[in-house]
Amino acid sequence: MSMYKKERTPISHQALFVEKPAHPEDIGGSVSVKINGKDLIVPMGTTILEACRMMGYHVPTLCHHEDLCIAGVCRVCVVEVDGMKPLQASCSFPIMAPISIKTSSPKVRKARQNVIDLLISEHKGECYSCVRNNNCELQSLSKEYGVESYPYGHRTETKHKIDNTSYSIVREMDKCVHCLRCVRTCIDLQEVGVLEAVGRGDETHVGTFMEKMMSDVVCINCGQCINRCPTGALHANDPRDMIWEAIDNPQKHVIIQTAPSPRAAIGEEFGLEPGTSLTGEMNTAMRKIGFDRVFDTNFAADLTILEEGTELLLRLYKKLVLNDENVQVPQFTSCCPGWVKFVEHFYPEIIPNLSTTKSPQQMFGAVLKTYYSEKSGIKPEDIVTVAVMPCSAKKYECNRPEMNSSGYKDIDFGLTTRELAQMIRESGIYLPELEKSEFDDPFGDASGAGLIFGATGGVMEAALRTVLELVTGKKIENLFENMDIKEVRGFEGIKTLQIPVTEVGEVPEILKHLVPDWNWLKGATIKVAVAHGTANAKKIIKNIKEGGEFAGYHFIEVMACPGGCIGGGGQPIPTNEKIRSQRAKAIYSEEKILNERKSHDNPKIKKIYSEFLTEGPCGHLSHKLLHTHYTVRGREFVN
Amino acid sequence: MTEKIRKRDGLIIFSEYEKFSGLKKALSLSQDDILFELKSSNLKGRGGAGFPISTKWMLTAAAQSSEKYVVCNADEGEPGTFKDRVLLKEMPYLIFEGMIIAGYTIGAKKGIVYLRGEYNYLVNPLNEFLDEMKNENLLGENILGKDFSFEIEIFSGHGAYVCGEETALLESLEGQRGEARNRPPFPVNRGYKGFPTTVNNVESLSTVPHIIMKGGSWYSQFGTEKSKGTKLISVSGDCEKPGVYEIEWGTSIYDLLELVKAENTKAVQVGGASGVCVNKSQFDRTIAYEDLSTGGSIMIFNESRNMLAILKNFMEFFVEESCGQCTPCRIGNQKLLAFVEKIIQNEQTFSELNKIKELAETMKIASKCGLGQSSPNPFLSILENFKEEIFDSNSRGKYEHV
Repeated sequence: MSMYKKERTPISHQALFVEKPAHPEDIGGSVSVKINGKDLIVPMGTTILEACRMMGYHVPTLCHHEDLCIAGVCRVCVVEVDGMKPLQASCSFPIMAPISIKTSSPKVRKARQNVIDLLISEHKGECYSCVRNNNCELQSLSKEYGVESYPYGHRTETKHKIDNTSYSIVREMDKCVHCLRCVRTCIDLQEVGVLEAVGRGDETHVGTFMEKMMSDVVCINCGQCINRCPTGALHANDPRDMIWEAIDNPQKHVIIQTAPSPRAAIGEEFGLEPGTSLTGEMNTAMRKIGFDRVFDTNFAADLTILEEGTELLLRLYKKLVLNDENVQVPQFTSCCPGWVKFVEHFYPEIIPNLSTTKSPQQMFGAVLKTYYSEKSGIKPEDIVTVAVMPCSAKKYECNRPEMNSSGYKDIDFGLTTRELAQMIRESGIYLPELEKSEFDDPFGDASGAGLIFGATGGVMEAALRTVLELVTGKKIENLFENMDIKEVRGFEGIKTLQIPVTEVGEVPEILKHLVPDWNWLKGATIKVAVAHGTANAKKIIKNIKEGGEFAGYHFIEVMACPGGCIGGGGQPIPTNEKIRSQRAKAIYSEEKILNERKSHDNPKIKKIYSEFLTEGPCGHLSHKLLHTHYTVRGREFVN
Repeated sequence: MTEKIRKRDGLIIFSEYEKFSGLKKALSLSQDDILFELKSSNLKGRGGAGFPISTKWMLTAAAQSSEKYVVCNADEGEPGTFKDRVLLKEMPYLIFEGMIIAGYTIGAKKGIVYLRGEYNYLVNPLNEFLDEMKNENLLGENILGKDFSFEIEIFSGHGAYVCGEETALLESLEGQRGEARNRPPFPVNRGYKGFPTTVNNVESLSTVPHIIMKGGSWYSQFGTEKSKGTKLISVSGDCEKPGVYEIEWGTSIYDLLELVKAENTKAVQVGGASGVCVNKSQFDRTIAYEDLSTGGSIMIFNESRNMLAILKNFMEFFVEESCGQCTPCRIGNQKLLAFVEKIIQNEQTFSELNKIKELAETMKIASKCGLGQSSPNPFLSILENFKEEIFDSNSRGKYEHV
């Protein structure tokens, strides 16, 4: 939690934070605590909940979430502390002096039971028809506490209309239990601030600015609120019905592309441990469901690297050699639609710094409805493109009006990992036991560079592998052991790397028409940074605006979600740092054993540039199909 | 108007006092001497919770910090309380002296008065008074030539009852929603903007200059063993002489009713909406921390009043005034109100009654702050002390509003 601890977090939401020394006993920084009669020594400032967990005592929680600051509002985790008349919320009580605690006394059990009964009385529970059926924390609590009746009633009437105006996020406030996790996610974790508690007393609810609909607020669609909602009050806008319709229509050629992160997480939907990769099984499942073609988004990720890497080199060339004042550096990545919308709303002035390359999802759509259509002889109007993504913002992205440069909508439907799992279940398939199969031609298997897009730092690593080879002419494995660029991996909020360019090579054929030579890069130091979570991105932007060190950087990767796409708003629920790191591990270990690990070495990429995009990266056709533009939205001008 | 409200002179706060004498004397004392006098006076917080002032100040004084604050809780929101208004209007010097002494004792340079939104009309007179004090060097830089500077700001609240709870008050001061904080940490360690802060009631602060002048042991001769000194009470309801009185702790309800000339009294609500309601058989009970504790509100109801209507009014108040963050208070109060409405319709059952009492007990121990912990008090005490009337629809007659 310390990693996400925010300075601006209201003090009401902060537990007394005490730096825990490595050897507290040596300096008197530890304290003894008695839990249910058993003694334990803990570092001062340890919460009762943490101490209970250390001792293996289960204390139920609801508003508590490891990623978020403390709230202490649901009162489910109350325990009895000797000498204190009221019960204490264990999640928010820091142990600073020796205390004795009972976690399951009659008083505690009765209070918890009553609190749960109260929560249920206000929750419009429609478990059968709820997207979170069988994965609902309130449902689990009611089971744990053996709820047999509704002593304080059970709401059936509708109080709040369902808000499904957003392409990405649906709010059903009748199911809200006011744990404020979404509020803390939106304000404190992501620093976006769409959701806030409003009203008082029985009118208290989680609302938006002026009670506007989700389509009319500054929501970036990251879906982190969905991932942390304990009930079905927040969920993604589900296009399953329309996809089934397309699949069932023999006229339609339905293509699904899969991003790297869903394969590393979908197993969780079927009860497997986080970090179990199911790439081959998922391919089989998607064919069984009825998709006509299964393609790997990683192909488009490789394409993105070529386009975005070239764009970067061009920007640097124009800025440093041609002194073109219209060119802005650093270049920010643009593959994350949450991040893009964040910029459009909050920092429109840095839109010129955003790479114009479309995200892999959208690029692939444009390629499918042109290049693939020609190759396969299937008319673009008969092609339906579906993208399974770890993301809720991708649903919004594919519905952006400008995303149709081929004359057809690049991507027709964005599907989350959770929704794909649902389609698999509906088809009577048990995913973990399926045989494996490959991706379909003509795009086949992509490079490992595309695969690691799923974890924070992955785009940067993939881009560096290509850019450094194109510039230096040297093999990347000679620069980084195993071609693993470890400096940009991991979950630190902001990661940086500086690479001196000591020698340069020949300009490769594919770029010759753009840059005459690399001599101007000789002796330069390429500075790159990686941020995940919009709160961290904000720090970088602020630093740049103040003329800080990041103003002198060249390339910055930003992913809106903590952990990158593996922690995206479309991924299986629950999420926490451990789960996210296991998913990342799955991606990196799968990548390690691939033969092809550089985007520019992907033969299918070479082929598309020789057959279709013949002017090379950033050429005319690329610009038409694979690049895009952005909209200044601001905080009030919203659509 | 306030002249009519304040009923008579009192032993301490309403006694003869030379303006600013307490402040002048305090600034000639050491911090330890002030804390000693306060400790021997046994002065407890007058907002209702009764936490010893000396301990609060000592903890704030002991906290290590570059900045500290004194906050005066003038968010007098408890229904039936108006004694702070009298002090704010008639004796602001006592409050400000108390705040400056607090600042001097704990090492704070700034004090803030959190003034109830409805008392907005007092902002200007209070600011004018502060300006006068500045002119006389009783505020500002190097007060009275001492190496001590202090300033006071008036902050107007916006009418939420919960902001009288000290941590919700601090949130409101910081511009956040008025919601109680998790405790610990307590304001003495992390209060306003995260700095050590002592939050004291208007009346507590107003008592301090008197204690400084006359000494802690003098003060502690008044009252009972556990409740020292006097208490300002705001009396309202069915009596001939409602108003603000200064009474000695330990005064019985009987004596009080006589004092205010109340007749045919059926019930007395001690401590405002969050207090308890006593019936005739309990009028020998005393007003004291150890018996019937009150922040100042005393409401008197005579035989013509309908207890169910009174209870409903209180519960409606809490349903609306809960800050809404924690489950027991937000939803619990709604359930208590719903049950009162059921009684009115004669639809309650005894098994429901037992269950709802259990809920009220849960609210008392599981709510996050004092609001939810005390809101079941009127519910439980009225149901207990007036059960004949409440549960016998014939004897209570037709339901009407108070």
